Amino acid sequence: MINIDALNMDSRELNKKIKESIEDGHKEINIINVLGQRFIGNGIQNKELKITINGTVGNDLGMFMDGVDIELFGNAQDGVGNTLNSGTICVHGRAGDVVGYAARGGKIFIEKDVGYRVGIHMKEFKENVPTVVIGGSAGSFLGEYMAGGILVILNLDSPKIMKADAIGTGMHGGKIYIRGDVNANNIGKEVVILDIDDDDYKILKKILGDYGKKFNFNSEDLLKDNFIKLKAISHRPYGNLYAY
Amino acid sequence: MIPALEHIPSGCAAAGIMNKSGIRISGDAIMDMMSVMHSRSNGLGGGFAAYGIYPETPDNYCLHIMFDTESAKREVDSLIEENFIVERQEKIPTKIINEIKDPPLLWRYFVLPKPEKLVAKNMHADDFVVKLVMLVNTRIPGSYVNSSGKNMGVFKGVGYPEDIGRFFMLEKYGAYIWTAHGRFPTNTPGWWAGAHPFSILDWTVVHNGEISSYGINKRFLETYGYECVLLTDTEVIAYTFDLLVRKHGLPLDIACNVVASKFWKDIELMPEEEKKLHTALRMTYGNLLLNGPFAIIVATNNYMMGLNDRIKLRPLVYGKKGEFSYLASEESSIRKVESNLDDVYSLVAGKPLKVEVNKDVCA
Amino acid sequence: MSVLDKLLPEFFIKVDRDLCIKCGQCVNNCGFSALLQDKDKNVKPIHEKCVACQRCMFVCPTKAIQITKFPGTQKHNDYWDPEYINNIKKQANTGGILLTAAGTDKLHPIIFDRLFLDACQVTNPSIDPLREPMEIISYLGEKPIDIAIEFKDNSYILKNKLKPNIKLSSPIIFAAMSYGAISLNAHKSLARAAKESGILMNTGEGGLHKDLYEYADNIIVQVASGRFGVDPDYLKRAAAIEIKVGQGAKPGIGGHLPGYKVDDEVSSTRMIPKGTDALSPAPHHDIYSIEDLAQLIASLKEATDYSKPVGVKIAAVHNVAAIASGVARADADYIVIDGFRGGTGAAPTMIRDHIGIPIELAIAAVDDRLRKEKIRNKVSIVAAGGIRHAADMAKILALGADFVTIGTASLIAMGCTLCQKCYTGNCSWGIATQRPDLVDRLNPDEVSKKLVNLIRGWSLELKEIMGALGINAIESLIGNRERLRALELSKETLDVLGVKPAGR
Repeated sequence: MINIDALNMDSRELNKKIKESIEDGHKEINIINVLGQRFIGNGIQNKELKITINGTVGNDLGMFMDGVDIELFGNAQDGVGNTLNSGTICVHGRAGDVVGYAARGGKIFIEKDVGYRVGIHMKEFKENVPTVVIGGSAGSFLGEYMAGGILVILNLDSPKIMKADAIGTGMHGGKIYIRGDVNANNIGKEVVILDIDDDDYKILKKILGDYGKKFNFNSEDLLKDNFIKLKAISHRPYGNLYAY
Repeated sequence: MIPALEHIPSGCAAAGIMNKSGIRISGDAIMDMMSVMHSRSNGLGGGFAAYGIYPETPDNYCLHIMFDTESAKREVDSLIEENFIVERQEKIPTKIINEIKDPPLLWRYFVLPKPEKLVAKNMHADDFVVKLVMLVNTRIPGSYVNSSGKNMGVFKGVGYPEDIGRFFMLEKYGAYIWTAHGRFPTNTPGWWAGAHPFSILDWTVVHNGEISSYGINKRFLETYGYECVLLTDTEVIAYTFDLLVRKHGLPLDIACNVVASKFWKDIELMPEEEKKLHTALRMTYGNLLLNGPFAIIVATNNYMMGLNDRIKLRPLVYGKKGEFSYLASEESSIRKVESNLDDVYSLVAGKPLKVEVNKDVCA
Repeated sequence: MSVLDKLLPEFFIKVDRDLCIKCGQCVNNCGFSALLQDKDKNVKPIHEKCVACQRCMFVCPTKAIQITKFPGTQKHNDYWDPEYINNIKKQANTGGILLTAAGTDKLHPIIFDRLFLDACQVTNPSIDPLREPMEIISYLGEKPIDIAIEFKDNSYILKNKLKPNIKLSSPIIFAAMSYGAISLNAHKSLARAAKESGILMNTGEGGLHKDLYEYADNIIVQVASGRFGVDPDYLKRAAAIEIKVGQGAKPGIGGHLPGYKVDDEVSSTRMIPKGTDALSPAPHHDIYSIEDLAQLIASLKEATDYSKPVGVKIAAVHNVAAIASGVARADADYIVIDGFRGGTGAAPTMIRDHIGIPIELAIAAVDDRLRKEKIRNKVSIVAAGGIRHAADMAKILALGADFVTIGTASLIAMGCTLCQKCYTGNCSWGIATQRPDLVDRLNPDEVSKKLVNLIRGWSLELKEIMGALGINAIESLIGNRERLRALELSKETLDVLGVKPAGR
């Protein structure tokens, strides 16, 4: 375990310190006084590493990351888990726009609200299924272009009918679970609203179990509430768009 | 007076004499050297650079300026008054000879930048002078700064070099370095500012050959604040050395490895550190490679240097006698003034030959 | 089917019964099923399906087959071109967006053909490139603004720490073409040829197949809005990383690789499910502004420990010079400018033919702008889009580009005949297809040699041109507009190009 005080450090310097600590064999890195530093954990491939962060991180937390377990006590800005490959990012706070953009694996757990275009273009491949769970509410274009993966919106302390618009627009794979409901005119024309079935329940139970552990609450209670599922109508939403 | 806004290729004769102890000799010898190479020129340009000619005002920049019109001169005068403390100004003495037609107004100013101007512009004196030269050359039509160094001057014009020398009465000056040039422009403007040497601060360059890379050399220098308006490739050579040696602090021989860069195949074989250096030089200053034939004589207050292009397409001969060093396009030119040389040989492609003035001679 | 639904065929297949030996090779080779054999083995053409890819003509041992334009004609009309009439009928049938491929085939003015190179006569010597040194080695990446040197132990030591650069033996790069749009065998051929020629190939945005890992030193990997196949290993298995923002054939438009081209191998390389449309969003959703581009560039550099150049590809659009300046200041190490003639595997016709500006003007404007702002050293400029031969290359270098990319030309070396049907996945030449029967036709051993030959030929020609110009290092050609003259271009165009009219 090594402590890094990020006070007044720039992004490059902090990331250099992190990489040096890994080279020195540290498996746990504790960073304090983070304020706006970008790219923390960026591109690091390490399945045994845990990074704990205190403060407000800059953009692209855990971008391209492969295997690392990041826990942030504080808020995150835009691009959390951008193009995430694997690993876990847990944010005890809120996060900004485009959480989990193009992620193809790993877990992203956000305690509170998130911004626009969360889960955009997430994809999955074989055993790699990215999972993004949002405790609060989410902005519009949620799951735009989504090609795979699982997006869960819990709407804790939020209206149970989502205010966001264009949810799942262009979606052609994966699933979005929403605790509560959506208005039909707020979803993309490429998706349908379904009730959850037994398989969905099992999936949610597992995911919410993991999520509950991170934030110390009983996720079983949540499962008693109403959930809906959004799913793509087709893997090829634009098959009929062209005149050959 | 500018014939057309395009650059003018030219062939040429070049020569130089240096006394390393700083003994100043009259212009007779260099004029003699040039007269032997008469047939390398065509009467459309000749010129000389002389170092050590103003020993009474060694710390002043001496601006040699030519004006097409009185109004151009008035404009430059007010610019100079505004920015410089003028120690002395006068017409450059000339005498009437038949061979020289229609000369411009020729004037020289011994100046120092006003200290408050340097503070206001946050500039060193040298940079300030360079900026003024660029300003005069580009913004005041019909006026050209022929030289702007200390204790040196450039004398040039349209005519054969030996006639130009007589016109300026160079026999009356004493210099420890003389360089000279006879021009054979293939385009035919009778353009005084287009004659060699080209100069900025105390750099002078005389040049034989045509630079095939002129277009990009010019554009590269422009990104570093130089404005090439004199329509000739030689101008870029003067600015190149000013940039590399004065501004970027490179040793002269390294600067020579820019304008006549090593071949990649030879760089490949160098020891690691050297390879790194020469690779970096080409990557950074590749656009300053002077591509095409050249033999140049570069001079400053401290030295005279000869350099050939990297595949040796132009001649340049070195001769030595006691404290005198000579460079010339043809050996005969050297033999004319010193028949009994200690040593004489041709320069090698791309390898500079530099002869230095003893340290105590010049500050 | 109503007569209104029908379209007249574009091409007409003639089979000479006297010459035909009924061997069936034409039938087997047609990727578009435009030829059949009846029970007597007579070849029967289906004209409507023919795209004039010419495969049948090339394989026919007796030259018994000929493809011509459909001979039936309409009333001549210089304004309402038959293509436009046909397109309207197609759209009236389907209500769809017209789709096409390759670079624009429209007769927009060709500036290249109005530019002429110089040669030395008398005043300076031309150089014989076969016997005297002629250097075309080029470095891709940011260069220092100056060099600092230290004199130590009797020798000069370089004090600068240089940014990562890639050394290429010739200023040519194979243009970005994704696996998915083109076949794995085509990708392999490009990678092998790049390695053998000492140049680079570009994966495009479709990921890097494992069979290409061994060519990492000669590969640029692309990061596009779809982020297909992008993970830390992908970024590491490359000589350089390129952020694809735009493409000359379809500026401002994302990509739709149709699901039927996403087979097992494409799916595992792109890391998406099989049969799913691979949709590239129009923008990168982490770049909505120039500072976001700077962030993505920094992010990629951080992810690869600042060990390799990161470039940005943009389409040549109206404001390209200002955009390029922003890209350079966002810390890109090279910029690819893709002109309006750039190719594509699929693009809406209206976009391909009507958006963007010519590469010649774009390069001239960008080079000027970066010089004016004194940041030209910060990036290598790569010109893309419609470079047809070595003279085009020499001209665009003289206008200010450091490198060219060749996409269409490299495809033609691989067999492409520019039928512009890449998006159908039926390429008879095994290039723009994932059908195993078609892909197998393209043998990387054979085709990589063709590509190596092409690079060799163009490199030799470039040296010939430089020799005529009397320059023996490519640094003296790049940006040397003094050695270009123009014929019959407008004053405004000359002004943008920085080139004088011929005769001046």
